Amino acid sequence: MVKRDRITITIDGRRRKAERGQSILEVAREAAIEIPTLCYHESLTPWGSCRLCVVEASQHGRTRVVASCVTPAEDGMVIKTNTQRIRDIRRMIITLLLARCPGLAILKNYANEFGIKRIPFEKGDEDCFLCGMCVRACSEIVGIGAIGFAHRGAKTEVEPPFGFASSACIGCGTCTTICPARTLTLEKVFARQTMHRGKDQIVGRCVVCETYYSGA
Amino acid sequence: MTRKGRHKTSRKTKARVASKTISICHGTSCIEAGSGQLAVAFEAALRRKSLSADVKVRPGRCTGYCHVAPVVAIEPDGITYGNVKLSDVERIIDKHVIGGKILEDLLVPAEPAYPSLQPLSATGFFEKQVLIVMRNRGRIDPESIEDYIANDGYQALAKAVSEMKPEQVIDEVKQAGLRGRGGAGFPTGLKWEICRRSKTSETKYIVCNADEGDPGAFMDRSLLESDPHAVVEGMIIGAYAIGASHGFVYVREEYPIALERIVGATEAARDYGLLGEGILGSDFSFDISVVRGAGAFVCGEETALVASIEGKDGRPRPRPPFPAERGLWGCPTNINNVETWANVPPIILKGGKWYASIGTAKSKGTKVFSLVGKVKNTGLIEVPMGTTLREIIYDIGGGILRDRKLKAVQTGGPSGGCIPASLIDLPVDYEELTKAGSIMGSGGLIVMDEDTCMVDVAHYFVSFLEEESCGKCTPCREGLTRMREILERIVEGKGKRGDIELLEALAHVVKDASLCGLGATAPNPVLSTLKYFRDEYEAHVYHKRCPAKVCKALIVYRVIPEKCTGCQRCVRACPVGAISGPRAQPHNLDQSLCIKCGACYEVCKFDAIAGDAIYVE
Repeated sequence: MVKRDRITITIDGRRRKAERGQSILEVAREAAIEIPTLCYHESLTPWGSCRLCVVEASQHGRTRVVASCVTPAEDGMVIKTNTQRIRDIRRMIITLLLARCPGLAILKNYANEFGIKRIPFEKGDEDCFLCGMCVRACSEIVGIGAIGFAHRGAKTEVEPPFGFASSACIGCGTCTTICPARTLTLEKVFARQTMHRGKDQIVGRCVVCETYYSGA
Repeated sequence: MTRKGRHKTSRKTKARVASKTISICHGTSCIEAGSGQLAVAFEAALRRKSLSADVKVRPGRCTGYCHVAPVVAIEPDGITYGNVKLSDVERIIDKHVIGGKILEDLLVPAEPAYPSLQPLSATGFFEKQVLIVMRNRGRIDPESIEDYIANDGYQALAKAVSEMKPEQVIDEVKQAGLRGRGGAGFPTGLKWEICRRSKTSETKYIVCNADEGDPGAFMDRSLLESDPHAVVEGMIIGAYAIGASHGFVYVREEYPIALERIVGATEAARDYGLLGEGILGSDFSFDISVVRGAGAFVCGEETALVASIEGKDGRPRPRPPFPAERGLWGCPTNINNVETWANVPPIILKGGKWYASIGTAKSKGTKVFSLVGKVKNTGLIEVPMGTTLREIIYDIGGGILRDRKLKAVQTGGPSGGCIPASLIDLPVDYEELTKAGSIMGSGGLIVMDEDTCMVDVAHYFVSFLEEESCGKCTPCREGLTRMREILERIVEGKGKRGDIELLEALAHVVKDASLCGLGATAPNPVLSTLKYFRDEYEAHVYHKRCPAKVCKALIVYRVIPEKCTGCQRCVRACPVGAISGPRAQPHNLDQSLCIKCGACYEVCKFDAIAGDAIYVE
């Protein structure tokens, strides 16, 4: 029984044993193969939205480009994580995100790493690239779900329901801690009035580190 | 009083007309064109002639002949009239129903090529069609389950439940070679088998995907409107084969008639014991609920559809797990398109072998297309797989409007591709369309003539898809916006060197890296037009010229003095008063005022007679 749950995949020419159900990304990281990610976090359900972690996966004579964070490794799969096609896709994704959020350090670092010099698109002024970590953390880790995605397409935003103050928010700050862009701050959360400001709830600011906390 | 006497109908006449039925199409196009009022008028006229007990007036099923709506058929004569006006009602009753004479001017199609006394099935529009899905077209009242049953309805279900094991039903569908009609063409029998064998949970569901959102496509809507029981029967058989206990029909709220009829059909089927506990006396139980979608295009994608039925936001999730393993509420769920379900009863009734004898090596059976665009006969058609585009456009469609030249055919909806006129002998099936850079999709067929600018077409479809992107994954959300920006630049005459290459690179990334089918197919309009019409892109970018004379920023209207007769039609048509000039003298067009709406170009009579007096440069 145990044997049946072990599979073998080839990743960048190396044969690796893996557990059935493990994602390609997990197997790659165990093999110390670096795959860049933006929306992946070990503590959260993989979301597969940033598409930076794409790899080429060949199986049954067919090669597909898949997001490694959400694609389970299957027996006999041959994975290539760093082909020209994959590098082109990653460069374009960083280029697109940097055009949306020109100021973000995490994207600039990737741009340097990938050697992106020029953004051929009109620059935006967003500071959120919609990785959805805050949304997932709020519902999966905190168990609250005070924020979610609103609207769709290019107009997608992270918001409390209907953009109104959410009485569900407990001001724990998990969303701000997990934000990979480091742009979601509690000041912003409060400005959007997601914070429940009932009589028995106090929001304070630490005199040492100057971050907000909530208490009863 | 003597006048009244004239309306009295003799006993002899009554005997002659007794078997006649006036069947008035009640599809959306015909209702829009006034079939409701027509039915009332026919009934009133028959009452006046005291014939209402002898001649029946009833709502008919869509014939697909939408461009001559409203359509009225006189049965059992097999004569169909199109473009019927209220003023024709008396005439039809007096001359045809009573007099037995056919009104040739109303016959469809009123084309000299076809002798007008042929039955409808032999006219050009219908001759090459093979009706499996639309088997009851024009023959039954969609709101009557009795009509459906009288035309072999629910026979296949009875056969399946009483004579076949679920596995045998699956084998029959597999043998038929039926593939998903929603677009991807996954083998239906195999899909059912995976779902049946799934051990994720005992509870299983099936879904009918009727979230049709392609501009210009109306196959699913029309099927639900004109033969809802075909879909219901297909679903019950599918549920029996898969072992599903409940089914959902996901229809968009924008299809009110389709909604009403599918709800009515499920109610009628329930009344007849065809849905519910112990169907047809067996121990098989199944029921169907109708779920209304809010009209998001992306909800046609199966994982987004599942989320939407569950009450979550309609965003796709990565597959695997596929819905056949984990679908609705984590249970195995089989999702098929409306047309796929409607194909099931004939397959069970006549056998998989019979079905597999129609079509090509890898694509079996027929496909319903909505034939629209610059073609003479527009409407819903059903042809065997492998029918060439030439047969569809020229034999069925009757050729290009105003006898212009064919430029391209757009298949597969907004995320399909444009196939150039040079590939007109392409047999239409899943493989050939994919090879040509397009997709089957759900079956939209948009015919484009030489007056179509392919860059403008690509811009239109990319804008549509940008609006409909759910916004979850980067390539689709950001990439489509940037693609639209570049295309916008090009059609506005502001295209830069390098734009075409950037557009192409972006298109490949969006295609390869997007999360769901919407993103993966969204660049098709761009990639296919770049493949076949790259010169048009180059003309826009490098020479600031729109060869098809469509992109407003790149055209100038002017009067050709030699051709202008000074009729003043354009002067009256111009909404901004840019054209002036006395009668019978060549007019002047003030470029500083012109908004390039093209109204003058449209109304100029000398376009048709002696070439164009106002022409585009």
